Amino acid sequence: MSTAPTHAPRIERKPLAQRLAPHLPMLLIPALMLLGLALIPSVPSWLTLTVSGLAMGMMIFVMASGMTLVFGLMDVINFGHGVFISVGAFVGVSVLLMLDHLTGAPSMVMALAAILLAVIAAILATGALGWAFERVIVKPVYGAHLKQILVTMGGLIVVEQLIIVLWGPEEIYIPRPEALKGAVTFAGAAMEKYRLLAVGVGAALFLAMRLVLRRTKIGLIVRAGVENGEMVEALGYRLRMVFIGVFVAGSALAGLGGVMWGLYQEVITAHMGQQIMILIFIVVIIGGLGSVEGCFIGALLVGLLQNYVAFLEPKAALISNIGLLVAILMWRPMGMIPVVKAK
Amino acid sequence: MIGTLLSGDLPRSRILTALLVVIFLGLALAPFLFPGVRSVDTAARISIFIVLVASYDLLLGYAGIVSFAHTMFFGIGAYGVALTLQAMGRGWDAVLIGTLAGAGTAAAIALVIGLFSLRVRAIFFAMITLAVASAVGVLVSQLSGLTGGEDGLNIQIPRELTPAFKFGGELWGVKLNGKLLAYYLVFGTALVLFLLMLRIVNSPFGRTLLAVRENDFRAEAIGYPVVRYRTAATCLSAAIAALAGALYALWLRYVGPETVLSMELMIDILLMVVIGGMGTIWGAVIGATLFVIAQNYLQEVMGWASAATEGVPLLPNLLDPDRWLLWLGLLFVLSVYFFPAGIVGRLRAGKWNDPK
Amino acid sequence: MSDPILSLEGVYTDIAQYHILQGVDFTVPRGAVTMLLGRNGVGKTTTLRTIMGHWRARAGSITFDGIDITRLPTPAIARMGVGYVPETMGIFADLTVEENMILAAASGRLDPARLERIFAAFPPLKTFWKGQAGTLSGGQKQMLSIARAMAEDRRLYLIDEPTKGLAPAIVATMAGALKALKNEGASILMVEQNFAVARALGDFAVVMDDGRVIWSGTMAELVGDGLLQERLMGLSLAAGH
Repeated sequence: MSTAPTHAPRIERKPLAQRLAPHLPMLLIPALMLLGLALIPSVPSWLTLTVSGLAMGMMIFVMASGMTLVFGLMDVINFGHGVFISVGAFVGVSVLLMLDHLTGAPSMVMALAAILLAVIAAILATGALGWAFERVIVKPVYGAHLKQILVTMGGLIVVEQLIIVLWGPEEIYIPRPEALKGAVTFAGAAMEKYRLLAVGVGAALFLAMRLVLRRTKIGLIVRAGVENGEMVEALGYRLRMVFIGVFVAGSALAGLGGVMWGLYQEVITAHMGQQIMILIFIVVIIGGLGSVEGCFIGALLVGLLQNYVAFLEPKAALISNIGLLVAILMWRPMGMIPVVKAK
Repeated sequence: MIGTLLSGDLPRSRILTALLVVIFLGLALAPFLFPGVRSVDTAARISIFIVLVASYDLLLGYAGIVSFAHTMFFGIGAYGVALTLQAMGRGWDAVLIGTLAGAGTAAAIALVIGLFSLRVRAIFFAMITLAVASAVGVLVSQLSGLTGGEDGLNIQIPRELTPAFKFGGELWGVKLNGKLLAYYLVFGTALVLFLLMLRIVNSPFGRTLLAVRENDFRAEAIGYPVVRYRTAATCLSAAIAALAGALYALWLRYVGPETVLSMELMIDILLMVVIGGMGTIWGAVIGATLFVIAQNYLQEVMGWASAATEGVPLLPNLLDPDRWLLWLGLLFVLSVYFFPAGIVGRLRAGKWNDPK
Repeated sequence: MSDPILSLEGVYTDIAQYHILQGVDFTVPRGAVTMLLGRNGVGKTTTLRTIMGHWRARAGSITFDGIDITRLPTPAIARMGVGYVPETMGIFADLTVEENMILAAASGRLDPARLERIFAAFPPLKTFWKGQAGTLSGGQKQMLSIARAMAEDRRLYLIDEPTKGLAPAIVATMAGALKALKNEGASILMVEQNFAVARALGDFAVVMDDGRVIWSGTMAELVGDGLLQERLMGLSLAAGH
């Protein structure tokens, strides 16, 4: 970074409402938590639900982040993104099933080591698959949304079917490692260990992603590319290479999320990715297509809302997300953090 | 006369015309040409799917919008008739009210979704319809008190449409009973709806839709209310899908989430549209006919091939009839790449290996 | 005009079904400022975009410093040393002024001395260095866009309407900065509607109409011949001043 001049910026103070506006989406998360606290009669239940909501939200964020960036950068809408979740889960779970001597032991270190190995395998597999997917499926249909939706959907069907060919049509049950079973009790609320881990991993990934996007040159190129890809190219950067990198990274993140989600549900199916895609679409739309921060906020909102509503009125859980989608789009039609495209 | 009936949109290819005539005659005379429960059932399905697929093409091919809620509208029509028949008894009044209510509900939901998503970006529509359709699917399964849940509902249709109703002896060896009437109700309604859609796409409205699909900025600049046109197409398409759903429920005398609401069905519709040819209503006829016949008979071939390759690693798995979707998916991707105009587009272009 | 830095020969460019450029020929001499003039919509911006590789020429060739760049991708053209200031300025609103400048330097490092010169020419950039570029005023964004092109030594600058829609005081700042760049011996191809600015900065002039070059020569010739101006552009010297 260059040396900053000593001059102090004089930015006029804007009225409070205007200064607050950009942060409103972030404030929705505590607001929703407070609303939950008001509606849920017992505080420990609320705490339990909040933790599971955050865990769910973080996992959705991990799975969704790649999709939103891919769209932002190249205007590519990948309806097949969910298949990386499924593939990640199957590869990761296969590794975990092979490592039963590690997962069966009561040691936390061994459990985490097993999960780490599974995650690495999943990331490698989905990263490679992402690269192939980009080359074969996505590249020929740049710039044509309609074809992109159709072709990526077709890719999803094919890869899903290949999962069934390789692993069989049955769902696979996967118990969590011994050391991650059970819950810790805090303030009278039971919080599953695994969910706490998921919250930690998700938050760490979000912060890491933010850091990369804000503090590294490649991050600057990605952010600039989301806004105006043509200008990034005119400054001499090969956007296409950056895009492939982001696509592969996004696929790998989806694969990582798939392992996490599989262990969370303790069962995996070839269609799991497709099912989660529905939540992912809601999240990326309400977040603002192309915005990583918006995706994060959207994911947490969806996770929390789903858990609160499932407790208060189980049958309304899925509909609640649609309600959230409608409410947010009425407030901000382009999503909470709209990405303004140049041109 | 025929030109007027077809709204001047002729097949414009000799092979295509021949195919269409064969399909039309096959469907019109199915109970007499192919007597047998299974083949008549296939013919009825083809008739209904032609309408369903053509109504989807109105959206995909003409308006350039991808929707994943088409089965939802289909399902709304089916459940509309089923629930009304259950509530009001097996009368024609119930059929009429249920059908109209289903079509109206479908159009209303389409209007809301359209207003919400098309206003911003057309691609929102694809994602939002997918989310809404899956939520409705779950809802239908959950509200088992009303909808029968996963098991679905067996419905009592007017007596005149059941095999028990007889109105004469036999004609050319075919029993003249309610089932035959039911078939011709399906076929006749499908034919009318098809001709109606042909009329719609060849009206100024249809041509405007095409202009919007080609270049929405330009259409907007010229002063077409793009969102309004697209939303109208969405509503129309949803209402016709619901009518097809009502026919399907009457024909099967059953509704269930697997049969009328599933994602698999949605993918089938996509395949039929793309393989037949997007942006031409005739494509729906070819796509639906080929697909339904292939689905009914090709899976048997796959089962045979799978058994024949027993012992070869992986191959029997790949050829398993349950892997039908794998091959369809591949075919689908390849069609979108190399065959964007589908079979009808190719036939109209003349030579098969002509790239344009 | 021997050994020009850039030459276009018979360049045709289509945008969708429209034929925008219909055989553009001209050369840009080294170490001088060439003004691309003409009414609105005659293809000046398209010419710059075609040079940058944003649009592909259907026919013809573009030679940059002896190398054919007609089919090269945009990043490769930029890396050969072409600094581009688009008509839309192309500011990354979401990034800070500093980050915009960092991206403009291929090495990622900004030379402090060069930066001081840029700040001297465009003081607001120093003031808002850490601020979001999206919050800058229109004139400040234009300054940033030009500053980005100046972040490194370029062999050629393509500048599209740097004074468009700016207040007179800012036009003067802009003209001053471009004059300084010219005095350093830079090769510049510039689109300019403000004839006063064009006259003050330009050494050579290329006039386009309907997707073709209809006249080219020295700026002095054009300035000295009122009838020629009238014929070429329908503008008079008084229009700018």
